[in-house]
Amino acid sequence: MTVGTFKGGIHPFDGKNLSKDFTTKVVLPKGELVYPMAQHIGAPAKPIVSVGDKVLVGQKIGEAQGFVSANICCSVSGVVKAIEKRLTVSGSMVDCVVIENDNEYTPIDTLGKKRDYTKLTKEEIREGIKEAGIVGMGGAGFPTHIKLTPKDDNAIDYILVNGAECEPYLTSDYRMMLEEPEKIVGGLKVILQLFDHAKGLICIEDNKPEAIKRLKELVKNEERMEVTVLETKYPQGAERQLIYAATGRKINSSMLPSDAGCVVDNVDTVISIYMAICESTPLIRRIVTVTGDAIKSPQNFNVKTGTNYAELIDAAGGFTSQPEKIVSGGPMMGIALFNINIPVTKTSSALLCLTKDEVAEQEPTACIRCGRCVEACPSKVIPQKLLEYAEKFDDEGFQKLNGMECCECGSCTFVCPARRRLTQAFKQTRRSILSNRKK
Amino acid sequence: MNELLNVSASPHVRSKDTTKSIMRDVAIAMIPSSVFGIYNFGVNALLLILTCVATCVLSEYIYEKGMHRPITTGDYSAVVTGLILALNLPSSAPLWMAMLGSVFAIIVVKQLFGGLGQNFMNPALAARCFLMISFTGRMTDFAVTKATNFINGAMGIDGFSGATPLAVAKAGDSVDLLSMFIGGTAGTIGETSALCLLIGAAYLMVKKIISPKIPFIYIGTLLVFALIFGGYGFDINYLGAQLLGGGLIFGAFFMATDYVTSPITPMGQIIFAISLGLLTGIFRIFGGSAEGVSYAIIICNLLVPLMERVTIPVAFGWEGKRNGK
Repeated sequence: MTVGTFKGGIHPFDGKNLSKDFTTKVVLPKGELVYPMAQHIGAPAKPIVSVGDKVLVGQKIGEAQGFVSANICCSVSGVVKAIEKRLTVSGSMVDCVVIENDNEYTPIDTLGKKRDYTKLTKEEIREGIKEAGIVGMGGAGFPTHIKLTPKDDNAIDYILVNGAECEPYLTSDYRMMLEEPEKIVGGLKVILQLFDHAKGLICIEDNKPEAIKRLKELVKNEERMEVTVLETKYPQGAERQLIYAATGRKINSSMLPSDAGCVVDNVDTVISIYMAICESTPLIRRIVTVTGDAIKSPQNFNVKTGTNYAELIDAAGGFTSQPEKIVSGGPMMGIALFNINIPVTKTSSALLCLTKDEVAEQEPTACIRCGRCVEACPSKVIPQKLLEYAEKFDDEGFQKLNGMECCECGSCTFVCPARRRLTQAFKQTRRSILSNRKK
Repeated sequence: MNELLNVSASPHVRSKDTTKSIMRDVAIAMIPSSVFGIYNFGVNALLLILTCVATCVLSEYIYEKGMHRPITTGDYSAVVTGLILALNLPSSAPLWMAMLGSVFAIIVVKQLFGGLGQNFMNPALAARCFLMISFTGRMTDFAVTKATNFINGAMGIDGFSGATPLAVAKAGDSVDLLSMFIGGTAGTIGETSALCLLIGAAYLMVKKIISPKIPFIYIGTLLVFALIFGGYGFDINYLGAQLLGGGLIFGAFFMATDYVTSPITPMGQIIFAISLGLLTGIFRIFGGSAEGVSYAIIICNLLVPLMERVTIPVAFGWEGKRNGK
């Protein structure tokens, strides 16, 4: 069996044992639900309900604005309580629709209606995905219907289902591969319907043998599908690395996967596509791993979007001890939260609660030029030199040394023995360069 | 949940290795050679090692204190510099010379250029070359050793005089390779025993502190160079002397691999190692002295910024394309 991989990368402590063996539990929201209108890449959606309106499960409450944007649908039934700015995962206040849950879960008429995807046209499928407000659930939140609408459908050779889940601690994709593999295969069939020449590859790291076994069984009679086994290594699930490991094709920062004939979608996104097209259910739920050494019983939850994070911590038995740091997402690319009174969105993959913030204790010291960052970098840049430019605010030098190829995976910072804050500086420099370009 | 939580940009985890643990491992890797050197050359070797390490640490402390800089003596880098310098001295060297060399290494080469990570050449080696130029006689006064007499006696060989095996080989005489491998020959405190050095090198490679890339390419290049230009053809005795003598193994595994003064780019490291092999070969075969490792390394140290500049790798996905735009 060949195992796909890429050059560079790291092997952090994976922490997946904490939560990987527990069946996903459905958690119903107790309090109000908050739907940020910006929970995807692109323009925020516009609220299409007013305070006092009655809303139903599956009802669209935010309308996509512009080309790159996504709809927002309601996950409960109830009354619109407020439309106001609330704190979200990014740390900023964002326009949100706040719903008072009536606990009836009254659905809209069409919700859950079975549909035969083979009878739908490509346009109907794309429209269905767009209506359902599906975005990349791996973390980036890029609207899926745009990804699935490349310039030329026939130029797409591979649909990659990203089940690498290379972020430490996260097990939500793993649980889905064990618990709902049929939906993954079903969703992939829907996507393959769009691309006549494409082959579907379900890409899984080799630390998930159970998932590999289950999916291999399911696709053994599927001519257009295969399970691709990948080496367990961070960042195996990063788009560019995944494409290379699975297909041998390479793209750089100026290209899209479709330029290499590929479309990459996360496992949960593919399940959402299945549910949107075959079961007429928009994206209103999310699998969230609640884990970390500060959590009493780490596990995965099937959560309605808009649920408050604090409720998930209660559902996981609360804290064993006061956490020092709580991260939305994994430890490598997740966002640290100063307050957990924020809602679950389409891209909330995990809530990682750590009793100790190991980063806080480690002050950067002088670079000893050990070259570990160079070895770890999957984008093959020289982080050590990039940092020198970033610290001097030399944007030109930064770009000359391929700084814009950095995927911000954090590998260089992870391995740095001098504890230098490489990724942090790169993020800042890249943001400033990108915003200057827009001017 | 009333308290505010810690917030920082990702990543939120770090690997275990720190500058301190790395430097400590390098120091540990030199223990076999140090112990053998002390056994071999006696109490003066011990005193030299202690003097060098203590002077290096102390001068770093005093300088940083005086300049109101953060004190970095805890990171073991000064210890490593002291150890390398001591192992590069002949056991007959006086203690004041060890102190002078240590102060030169830490103050002039390391601290005046900005401290750890900023020195443009290996501090210990620069100090050795400084001492070599200033006190050539004392620096090349190699004692006949205990191990020499013991090993040679056991094998029924006449003991060497004070000449290093490399000098013997250059003069065209044959050397005893086994004795060189174990360490029964004349030389500096740490360079004589290839066996002890290789134990330390293996430790560093197993712990992934150093990569075998630079030392292997360096040694390989030198051997090929000696094979072609040495004038002895494929003569095991001559090539063996080239390999085991003159601090090549010490230099290749412990000094050429110094992070600060070797290229950080993968291709730069290859160029660096080949240049080392060529320069060492030129110095050894065509130069006046029989040895050339130290000078080859510090000259190549100076070329590192250039080597890096021309070997910036092509970023992922840009292979065969116009880069950087």
